[in-house]
Amino acid sequence: MSNILVNAPKTARRGEIVEIKALILHPMETGFRPGPNGRIIPRNIIERFTATWNGAEIFAMEMSPAIAANPFVSFFAQANESGTVILRWTGDEGFAVEERVAIAVE
Amino acid sequence: MTRRLLVLGLVLVFASSWAVAQVAADKRRSGYQDMGEALQKMQDDDTANPGMLFVQLGSQLWAKPVGAENKSCADCHGAAATSMKGVATRYPAIPQGAERPVDLEGRINLCRAENQKADRLPPDNRDLLALEAYVAHQSRGMPIAPPYGPILDAFRAQGEGIYRRRQGQLNLSCAICHDDNAGKKLAGIAIPEAHPTGYPIYRLEWQALGSLKRRLRNCLVGIRAEAWPLDAPEYVALELYLMERAKGLPLETPAVRP
Repeated sequence: MSNILVNAPKTARRGEIVEIKALILHPMETGFRPGPNGRIIPRNIIERFTATWNGAEIFAMEMSPAIAANPFVSFFAQANESGTVILRWTGDEGFAVEERVAIAVE
Repeated sequence: MTRRLLVLGLVLVFASSWAVAQVAADKRRSGYQDMGEALQKMQDDDTANPGMLFVQLGSQLWAKPVGAENKSCADCHGAAATSMKGVATRYPAIPQGAERPVDLEGRINLCRAENQKADRLPPDNRDLLALEAYVAHQSRGMPIAPPYGPILDAFRAQGEGIYRRRQGQLNLSCAICHDDNAGKKLAGIAIPEAHPTGYPIYRLEWQALGSLKRRLRNCLVGIRAEAWPLDAPEYVALELYLMERAKGLPLETPAVRP
């Protein structure tokens, strides 16, 4: 069960710059903190976030242990054609989730 | 005609100044008003407020069957948007047939134990907080309306006693900071008036959703007092008094706080 909140416009004018904001529930455990038993809690972070618009990559970022839990990402893209934006988060412990948003370009 | 307009104008002036006077009479401030603009915007935007992730999780848990009865919250209560509207404004309250008040978290656990025949969730468990946030979110914007009764009033009086009692190595009471010095700074951080308007809150320092109990424990540790055990009735008594102090203020759940 993954929990994601995405804020993207449903429609855009051709050529318009749109802002896409995404928030995801994730502990972003650094791998440096000791747990209650004194042992280090294994690292569990999102390593990479990518966004594609109709298959073409429009944004990508590498994440590090210094990024807080439940990371919030905001970026801009030019709306050239109607289609689907796919947001992908991948990381430690086989974490891989996707969220799709449709944007209609007029 | 002009005279009628003049009279109407005067009435309007009086009406608006009366409204201003009403607002001015209530000088209480939610912690929201003392936050920076960036944090206020974060709380107001439902897709930027990290607390909303937990509300979303809560809505999934609401519909998920659990326990020996294999029943979900929705099987009895239906849609939370109607059945849970305003509920959080009335807690802590006394469940039917019980002799002591419980907070919303305690009520959810009671429901789990009695109706779903499921294990009680430990305090500050993520799922418990998510359910609490989902239920309290249904009352967002509604004024806090605490219930009354002989038992509740007795616990509330106990809560006020705790609020005013000096304790800990620093020998401070809640009232010394949150009544006498609210609005001033403590180690560079604004002291709020301690109105529990947005619990469970997403605290950036915690990087997670947390309960009022957790916040109270923070304060107790801060004044170097011994925090009560997690199931102590003192928390509920104090919460009863705090909700009475915040009576009428709108609920903000899930609030974001630094």
